[in-house]
Amino acid sequence: MDLNFSDTEQAFRRECRAWLEAHAPRKPLPSGDTKEGFARHLEWEHALFDAGWAAVSWPKEYGGREATLFEWLIFEEEYYRVGAPSRVTQNGIFLLAPTLFEFGTGEQKERILRPMARGDVTWGQAWSEPNAGSDLASLKSTARRVDGGWRLSGQKTWSTRAAFCDMAYGLFRTDPEQARHRGLTYFMFPLHAEGVTVRGVDRLDGDEGFAEIFLEDVFVPDTDVIGAVDQGWKVAMATTSSERGLSLRSPGRFVATATRLIDLYHRYRDRSDPVLRDQVIRAWMDAQAYRWFTFQTVTRMSEGESIGPDSSMNKVFWSEMDVRTHETALALIGEALELDEGSAGAVDGGHWMKGFQFALAGPIYAGTNEIQRNIISERVLGLPRK
Amino acid sequence: MRFAFTDDQKMLRDTVREVLQRECAPDVVRAVWEGRPEGVRAVWSTLAETGVLGMTASEEAGGMGMSELDALLPLEETGYAALPGPLVDTMAVGIPLLEAGGTDAQRERWLAPAASGDARIVIAFEDQEIVAHAGSADLLIAERGGAGFCVPIGEATVTPETSVDRSRELGRVQFEASAQYRMREDVDITALFELSSERASLATAAQLIGVSRRMLDMTVQYAKDREQFGKPIGAQQAVKHRLANALIEQEFARPLVYRAGWSMATKADDAEVCVSLAKIYAGEAAKFVAKEALQIHGAIGYTIECDLHMWMKRAWALSAAHGDAAYHRERVGRHIL
Repeated sequence: MDLNFSDTEQAFRRECRAWLEAHAPRKPLPSGDTKEGFARHLEWEHALFDAGWAAVSWPKEYGGREATLFEWLIFEEEYYRVGAPSRVTQNGIFLLAPTLFEFGTGEQKERILRPMARGDVTWGQAWSEPNAGSDLASLKSTARRVDGGWRLSGQKTWSTRAAFCDMAYGLFRTDPEQARHRGLTYFMFPLHAEGVTVRGVDRLDGDEGFAEIFLEDVFVPDTDVIGAVDQGWKVAMATTSSERGLSLRSPGRFVATATRLIDLYHRYRDRSDPVLRDQVIRAWMDAQAYRWFTFQTVTRMSEGESIGPDSSMNKVFWSEMDVRTHETALALIGEALELDEGSAGAVDGGHWMKGFQFALAGPIYAGTNEIQRNIISERVLGLPRK
Repeated sequence: MRFAFTDDQKMLRDTVREVLQRECAPDVVRAVWEGRPEGVRAVWSTLAETGVLGMTASEEAGGMGMSELDALLPLEETGYAALPGPLVDTMAVGIPLLEAGGTDAQRERWLAPAASGDARIVIAFEDQEIVAHAGSADLLIAERGGAGFCVPIGEATVTPETSVDRSRELGRVQFEASAQYRMREDVDITALFELSSERASLATAAQLIGVSRRMLDMTVQYAKDREQFGKPIGAQQAVKHRLANALIEQEFARPLVYRAGWSMATKADDAEVCVSLAKIYAGEAAKFVAKEALQIHGAIGYTIECDLHMWMKRAWALSAAHGDAAYHRERVGRHIL
């Protein structure tokens, strides 16, 4: 056991920090979940990519710097420490790319990865359907075989930022004879093609962060199938594991939030009481617990183990921690908590209420926490499915 | 950065695990509850033979010169087995304290017997009168008025107190703080007792992880075996989710304990805060797991016949021993706020 960062890791941290401090926007960008904000975020993504920071753990040929998992965690810590913008390329870089690295063809990786990481081509996920949320395997969208490819039809929903994205990925039924998770195929498809209608949906916080996608006989070439036809479930599960686990929410984000909460506490401590003070301490400690839990997991991964169903524990922990931390911040702010973004009197620009509403989505997306608890109890503890 | 134990550390854990599995079944713990400690005495002897009891003693003193970090996994196993006796006080705290702060005569008399399991040590920190396992100890090491004392237990007065965990054999200790018992005066004895206190909190946290793991194992097994409405109760989502929550509490406490062990072993600047995080999370997790375990066992868990109660009561006692959550949270608060 050696819990010091190595000289190489420390040098990497200094390099990240120097670049981020010099280049990260001084003032927060408008929300990346609005049309204007999305465009502003993409400019930042271009700058990140051009300096080699967009996807540090990727191979150099795709624009990465072949960083180790620990170096990636260090990058994330520095990224959130300086308060750099949220990553609107996230659904591509952190969710689709791991799938492409595992199942994609050479041609697909060559064509897709660099534009994805630079934000030149942006990606939304298209998992849920109106009647297939937690029960994803009950999805109804279909793909029909045609010359040279497939025709996709159906409806997807809750697609994050799809109203502004170029492409999406999701599962479609290719074998109508098969049921549930058999006979599904993993497709990438265009959002601006003939037969596609995208309708933005305003989220709880008012931003157009969601979208519904309607597909009517949308043509997709064979080259946009990931993995084998009818094997889409297996391919998709590789993505959901990264989504729940590390790559979606590294500890750096929560450590940074806890640090900002302590700063808020110092400004509002005359409103505090012993209960609130304890909650502030707990928020900081929880972030530490998540950080060290992750370091333990990443050590295992670095030594060749896969995290598997353990990633469900991460997801429950970080999502519920994030809600508690924001609740504590709002309790410190008191009645001014209702002053929203754009209101002159809003504390920290309304950042905490905005963050609170975003945090409330955590226990729902990427597989609800109820589903995660089923996974933990069945696949980690070995309890019977029925 | 590498956050994992070495193969040697895991091997030692496996050895301890096997010994305890073989020799420290729940009925051995129960026997101590009923005033029959002979079985546990035998377990201590076997543990001494494996070298675990003396592992923290220096090699010159016949030990293995092992660190706080090395001791964690064996301690966790003793929590899993609910091993009765002052293992934390003897192995994790007393032996290194005696070695650093004992006079030549005290070391001569007590070190080897402590490492071989023949002498069991209990510690009384400044102002602490009630001491766990005083009833079965051989040596009391106490801090009084800023000085250290090594008192053969027969020369102290031990008045029994009753713990909710009967296997803790509590006693109120009193002794005459006279020169004959005095520990070395040419060392900073206050600093040594402060270090000892950190070690006691850490070692207790390690045991608590084992206590949690045992309760969870028992309860998962029970949920698989116990059938109602024609299927195992563990197939019910309400039961599953309680157990998932228990596992999460336990598994997020674990790395904090391991990290604290590393911080102590390397004398890191933030060792005290790390120990506090470890003790808070391990203690709170154990209490949480205890509550869920009882609920899932139902009425049978609410009896003395079911073994679960011995671990639950250990969890309650240890979570408050060597600094409860409020005490350690205050230490963290002073550090970060």
